[in-house]
Amino acid sequence: MGLSYLIAWRFLTSTKTQTLLIICGITVGVAVQVFLGSLIFGLQTSLVDTTIGRSSHIVITSDNFSKTINKPQVIMSEIETFEEGVKNLSFAVDSAGFVSFKSETLPVLVRGFSLQDAERIYGFQEFIYEGRMPQKVNEIIVGKDLAQEIGVQVEDFVFISSSAGNRERVRVTGLYDFKVAAINQTWLVTPAKTVQNIFGFGNRVTSIEMQLEKVFSAQEIAQRLETVLSEEDLILENWMDQNEQLLSGLRGQSVSSYMIQFFVLVAVTLGIASVLAVSVVQKSKQIGILKAIGIKDQNASAIFLFQGLLLGVVGSILGIFSGYALLTMFTTFARNPDGTPVVPILINVRFIVISAIIAVMVSVVASFVPAKYSSRLSPIEVIRNG
Amino acid sequence: MDNVVELKKVNKIYGEEIKTQVLYDVDLSIPKGSFQSIVGASGSGKSTLLNIIGTLDKASSGDVWIGGENIKELSGKDLANLRNQRIGFIFQFHYLLNEFTALENVLIPYMINKGKPGKDAVKRAERLLDLVGLTKVKNNLASKMSGGQQQRTSIARALMNSPQIILADEPTGNLDSESSESVYEIFRKVNKQEKTTFLIVTHDDRIAQKTDKIIVVKDGRIE
Repeated sequence: MGLSYLIAWRFLTSTKTQTLLIICGITVGVAVQVFLGSLIFGLQTSLVDTTIGRSSHIVITSDNFSKTINKPQVIMSEIETFEEGVKNLSFAVDSAGFVSFKSETLPVLVRGFSLQDAERIYGFQEFIYEGRMPQKVNEIIVGKDLAQEIGVQVEDFVFISSSAGNRERVRVTGLYDFKVAAINQTWLVTPAKTVQNIFGFGNRVTSIEMQLEKVFSAQEIAQRLETVLSEEDLILENWMDQNEQLLSGLRGQSVSSYMIQFFVLVAVTLGIASVLAVSVVQKSKQIGILKAIGIKDQNASAIFLFQGLLLGVVGSILGIFSGYALLTMFTTFARNPDGTPVVPILINVRFIVISAIIAVMVSVVASFVPAKYSSRLSPIEVIRNG
Repeated sequence: MDNVVELKKVNKIYGEEIKTQVLYDVDLSIPKGSFQSIVGASGSGKSTLLNIIGTLDKASSGDVWIGGENIKELSGKDLANLRNQRIGFIFQFHYLLNEFTALENVLIPYMINKGKPGKDAVKRAERLLDLVGLTKVKNNLASKMSGGQQQRTSIARALMNSPQIILADEPTGNLDSESSESVYEIFRKVNKQEKTTFLIVTHDDRIAQKTDKIIVVKDGRIE
């Protein structure tokens, strides 16, 4: 085997231009794989992140008469016991109501949370551009658009009223900008107790929300939870069911990316196979003479398998670096007006390693044809024909 | 005297549809340690005969014994081992591996058999290169050597595994008379010192005359 490897190495280094060409072919193939794969991966991850990163992956509501969950603590502890895939868990008490400041009155959605828990899901803190988070009952934060519309500022007091006629004076502790107009115009965020008091919910809540470790396991986990939760009339909604279009878009993107990667691989395979096929014909004389002096057929074919392996390994390593360079260039030059990259590139080490392994395997497979030819070559053909 | 090679009723026919018979019922014995030549016009079948003895070609019928073994009964692997360990080939067109140096070329038969060469193997290869007068160019690539040097390298290579028999097909065919003479002298020296059997196909009468026995092949028959 050592001799086969040595001969493979010498054959490759003796025909430098040919070797260089074939390595370039593999390099380009692997670079395209790495570039395209990382681009699509980055695109999808950022798309999923923007869509659901700051929202709940599964929301539990109730279908009973009052549309409220009676014992949220029991359900939450059940979820924590039975399901390990849940990352963040919080309850919410939501109600439609009105906000009044000076002469203005507007309809709003008052959202009460256990703020510490909800912070982990929504990350409110990050979006506050003035003031601070509410800390106790009857403190709220107001969205940018709503604040501008009614002219409210930090430390002002506003009134929240329910349709039943309850009215409470609350303090504005901060202003937020969620970058989504619909939220900025309608959400008032406050500790759960505020909503429970004003709207008469007692200790009940309107929903339990959670984020998962793996976003794409939402359907599966929702189905599992449905069977273990004790309270009746619960409705479990997951983001995947609600975002069918996004998901099918992502799937389409993945499939087309796989298609491109597959055909790149086919092209690389054919390239290597054809160059090696030429090389085995060029080296027929050497193979014939080696057989005449006693090299075994399997070792004669190993020469070409080693060539494929060497080419694959070198080409893959260069390909990874080139692909990485392409990615860096792409993120450096393709930028949004605000300076952020058009597509945030995520380096998926697993994907890159798998691409490299596949390229090496493909190179070896491509060398099967010349290896077979080499194994079958009879020394007498070479000796007789000079 | 023991025979290294024995042929019994060997026929060789080429072609499937149009058959051309090259050898007719050849019987031949090559005694151990002998130094013989095969001569004949081109197309007489002498190279075919040598290739059959060297197991590179197969007889259409008849039996070939090498070192007492009937080669019909050997597998492909066994034949490869036989060629590697018991037979040394020297061809007219040298057939070195151009990608390797003279020393490496000489070591290849050893490496096929035993893998990475140790100090002893390298020493032996160097001694053989010295025997053929190539010590100075032992680290030159085969492609960078003259025809005579390449042929002498291939002689050293043929001797590397101490084979029982050396089969040489027109070893001096491409060389000038001076180089031819030195090749002959090397053969003789090895034959005397190591008792290696030599069978030399040649056109060159001067070489043939110096061998112990001349086998004449005419129209596929031994005369």
